[in-house]
Amino acid sequence: MKAENQYINLFTQYEQLINQHAAEPLNAKRKEAFADFQRAGFPAKHEEDYQYTDVAGAFAPDYGVNLNKITIPVNPYDVFRCDVPNLSTALYFVVNDSFYDKITPAVEFPEGVYAGGLNNFARQYPDIVNRYYGKAAKTSHDGIIALNTMLAQDGFVLYVPKGVAVEKPIQLINIFRSDVDTMANRRILIIVEAYSEAKLLVCDHSADPVRFLSTEVIEIFVEEGTRFDYYDLEESTTDTTRFSSLHVKQAAASNVLVNGITLNNGLTRNNYYIELEGEYAETTLCGMSILDKTQHVDTYSFVTHAVPNCTSTELFKNVLNDCSTGAFSGRILVKQDAQKTAAYQTNRNLVATREARMYSKPQLEIYADDVKCSHGMTTGQLDENALFYMQSRGLSLEEARMMLSVAFTADVIDHVHLEGLKDRLGILVDKRFRGELAHCSGCNVCHS
Amino acid sequence: MNMLEIKNLHASINGKEILKGINLTVNPGKVHAIMGPNGSGKSTLGSVLVGNPAFEVTEGEVLFEGKDLLELSPEDRSREGLFLSFQYPVEIPGVSMVNFMRAALNEHRKYKGLEPVSATDFLKLMREKRAIVELDNKLASRSVNEGFSGGEKKRNEIFQMAMLEPKLAILDETDSGLDIDALRIVANGVNTLKSPENATIVITHYQRLLDYIKPDVVHVLYKGRIVKTAGPELALELEEKGYDWIKQEVDEA
Repeated sequence: MKAENQYINLFTQYEQLINQHAAEPLNAKRKEAFADFQRAGFPAKHEEDYQYTDVAGAFAPDYGVNLNKITIPVNPYDVFRCDVPNLSTALYFVVNDSFYDKITPAVEFPEGVYAGGLNNFARQYPDIVNRYYGKAAKTSHDGIIALNTMLAQDGFVLYVPKGVAVEKPIQLINIFRSDVDTMANRRILIIVEAYSEAKLLVCDHSADPVRFLSTEVIEIFVEEGTRFDYYDLEESTTDTTRFSSLHVKQAAASNVLVNGITLNNGLTRNNYYIELEGEYAETTLCGMSILDKTQHVDTYSFVTHAVPNCTSTELFKNVLNDCSTGAFSGRILVKQDAQKTAAYQTNRNLVATREARMYSKPQLEIYADDVKCSHGMTTGQLDENALFYMQSRGLSLEEARMMLSVAFTADVIDHVHLEGLKDRLGILVDKRFRGELAHCSGCNVCHS
Repeated sequence: MNMLEIKNLHASINGKEILKGINLTVNPGKVHAIMGPNGSGKSTLGSVLVGNPAFEVTEGEVLFEGKDLLELSPEDRSREGLFLSFQYPVEIPGVSMVNFMRAALNEHRKYKGLEPVSATDFLKLMREKRAIVELDNKLASRSVNEGFSGGEKKRNEIFQMAMLEPKLAILDETDSGLDIDALRIVANGVNTLKSPENATIVITHYQRLLDYIKPDVVHVLYKGRIVKTAGPELALELEEKGYDWIKQEVDEA
């Protein structure tokens, strides 16, 4: 329990301080989270779902945690001013682990919609937060969720009341900004009530050349007949480690899109848990990563079909260069009652060098007898015939490789239904393959 | 100076020798037909000329406008003005014809020291060249060859040829898999592109295509060598009598 000890000591010593700076609904979860963390610890490498990511190793260094909520001197609007005319969003910031409330966007949302800091929201509406917070991401599930819940003091919340369509896409930029190695425990809580609609884009950035570690727990509750798009774009640094755990609970006839794109990172573990709990619910879960150097992305998904007539479509792609590693583990559980389920899973990987490694594992667990399920996995190189064909038309080998790599990721980008973002991503992916995005110095979505 | 000069060309694949000493000279304004039975090395010759890395040249020399062709990368051969219409055009999902052709054209222009083509000029050019092979606009905006029928793929090859305006075009079995209407369209495209400055090598098993694209010279390739060269009447003779009499002549010699 070596890596765990510093966090156990931290909590024991500073529990009071942590509580001082956070609202009651967040604090209410801590004791149980602490107990769960002590019991479970970090997932170990010998556990089946964590074979390729050394969690304890990632948490072992001594990172600073800003428990006292000291304001970090940064004006994110200066650093991350968004100037893409086509990407017009209501823009919010979380700096490290705290919601940035100095300036908020001048947007008139329909009545009852709340987008902003979680801590503040929890003070104003404790009942709502009590009803949802920690209900999808249970601390008993794993040690990372427990640790996050134990330490999280703030984050972002989006609340959309019944029957409201939020037309303007909402964007949250998570910024790491620090002069010393820093850990942030971030929370996102999303509640979309019945027959409502919203879109949220979350971008993770690291602004400084120090080591960063984040735990991110995202809980998404979508009620009957809703439509919700969640885009997650990581553009951090090779010294950034991220453990993200996204949990979706879907009611009947809801439609959710989750698209997680890693353009630059260090070590990333993305967990996706989708629970289809109401009939005729639909989920599209997709993502991609472009990796080089020693970058690492480990994707884990668990889609549960608990009731009949739901559809889930999964598509994950990875492009691996240099000595990078990728892992994909996709589990689909179709419960006995979930007849007429349609569940599809695809994982495709492009391994461009001898040194890069990709580990992929689909798992289908089906207890109903009238279902349509499929999974497909391929890992390979660029098509030599296509490369030669392109060269024979005058394209250099390098250019041909680039075009084929970009093409490989095209269908994940196609699952972006946010005006402006799709085109921008197309350009970013192109630049990424050309090595022009090697250093992340700002918001690439917003800066041309 | 000859446009293309092949001297004693030997090439092999996986250690197996396919071309066993090809000699061939091609000059501007001419159409050469290369015929021969299956497996004689016709397609290999086309592949070797455009630099397909699957083949290894073991002996001989190829000069293209005086330059040592075998020293050039496949892309530079293309930029120098060589073009192969593939027997089996490759499908490239996710790469649109428009992007592909724009990239190719601009590489050619860069090689000549020209600025990239403007968007409007490019689209205009696409429109013009598409018309030559009656290629639907929808096909031009789709991924390269993806989901194209056999005939559409071949028309797309000639469309690319029209875009790149090669000095020497090699048509590898461009007639295979074509119905008579598509064949006419493709042949018509090739004839439209013909000029006193460029040359064409038509590789074909059948004489059928040569009814539409009239050759000036007909060569017969057999067992990796050109065993007979004559005028267009040779193609007709082959159509009538098949290849056996040539095989016999060669094998007895």
